[in-house]
Amino acid sequence: MCALCGVLGGSGHWTDAAARPGVFTRNGDGLQRRRERAHRIACASGVLKFYGLTLSDWQASSFVLSTATGKTELVEDLGHLWATAEKLLGRPCDPLDPDLIVRLEAHGG
Amino acid sequence: MVAEPVFTPVNLITGFLGSGKTTLLQRLLGDPALADTAVLINEFGEVGLDHYLLERIDDTMVLLQSGCLCCTIRGELSAAIRDLHSKRERGTVPRFRRLVVESTGLADPFPILSTVQADPVLRHHFRLGNVITTVDAVNGMAQLARQPECTKQVAVADRLVLTKTDLTDGPTTEALTARLRRLNPSAPLWRSEAPLDAAALLAHDLFATAGRSDAARRWFAAEMALRERAGTHDRNRHDETIHAFALTFDGSLDWTLFGLWLTMLLNRHGERVLRVKGILNVAGTDAPVAIHGVQHLVHPPVHMAAWPDADHRSHLVFIVDGIERVLIERSLQAFLGLPSRSLAAA
Repeated sequence: MCALCGVLGGSGHWTDAAARPGVFTRNGDGLQRRRERAHRIACASGVLKFYGLTLSDWQASSFVLSTATGKTELVEDLGHLWATAEKLLGRPCDPLDPDLIVRLEAHGG
Repeated sequence: MVAEPVFTPVNLITGFLGSGKTTLLQRLLGDPALADTAVLINEFGEVGLDHYLLERIDDTMVLLQSGCLCCTIRGELSAAIRDLHSKRERGTVPRFRRLVVESTGLADPFPILSTVQADPVLRHHFRLGNVITTVDAVNGMAQLARQPECTKQVAVADRLVLTKTDLTDGPTTEALTARLRRLNPSAPLWRSEAPLDAAALLAHDLFATAGRSDAARRWFAAEMALRERAGTHDRNRHDETIHAFALTFDGSLDWTLFGLWLTMLLNRHGERVLRVKGILNVAGTDAPVAIHGVQHLVHPPVHMAAWPDADHRSHLVFIVDGIERVLIERSLQAFLGLPSRSLAAA
């Protein structure tokens, strides 16, 4: 059983850590938080497009993940992104998949 | 402005059946520095004995009655810690400043760790501290060969304690030590017959020491040795699927791309990524960011005070089960090479 099952209430993911002393976060002030969200969508889209998925912001609190045919799910944070993507696709999203790596390398060139 | 919450560190003491967890706990709790420590133990296996030994140590002890501290009773562990927290706030138990959980010998340590980090109440009041794993010098080699839980307990440890070394000979201990080093190169290793430094075992964790100038060096000392050998052939014996390796990346890296990659890796392969630990040169920050994860669980990233030396490259150490180093390296490089449109670093 994975650690994500028990997550309720959001902002618990490590990439989005709550601002407190000693912890590195891009979740500090409002401007930085929105900038990071935009950046996050841009980065994720660079990978998701190889699966035919698109990601967009929803009210600056969640993300909307959609397939080309319009199937849509709300995603709370990065911790839920890949599990939701796999559910929409019905197949795994594996960063170690050699085909994906080749396509990313060609794209990043 | 809400006052900063105080996070009580939670230490996990794990180790295979009969490896001396309770004896270690007893010795540690005898240290005056740990007088304000609450203890949660589990009766499975060593019924009565654990209870008998620990009963008089701390009256804030709560016995978990239902066997194994794994997924199925994660809720019970959560309830037990919440109960302790509640009693502390109401003043019905002393204000303990540390909590130690002793797991059963058969437990996979991961669900216990995830309980502290994922529970919506606990995560605002507690944080994970060091995981201490005891290994029996007499039976350790055989247990590592036969019991996957044992290997996992060693791989996730922040501190290793080799017990019963007085009952075995030097070569056996040396062979076991070498095996432990391959499984987990980063955890400092104590021998139980030596004097134990309770603070070093329990209290000196990444979060507590991050502000100190020597913290990064101390925390990453073993990895530094490993990274020196990063280019050489240091794959372990072919029959050992669990292996450790270090990766080094030049220049600063984009935090978001890295987060996206690690999240994707852990979503698909988390059970086989036993440990990931790294010092990252993150674009837009001067000091290094330390990252530390066990399987699906990644601790909140920590700002270190300073770089340990003149080498400001990013270093990552993985302990994985059956994943090829070359695949991980190539995949991460491919992600980091994506156009990042560095908005976050602006």
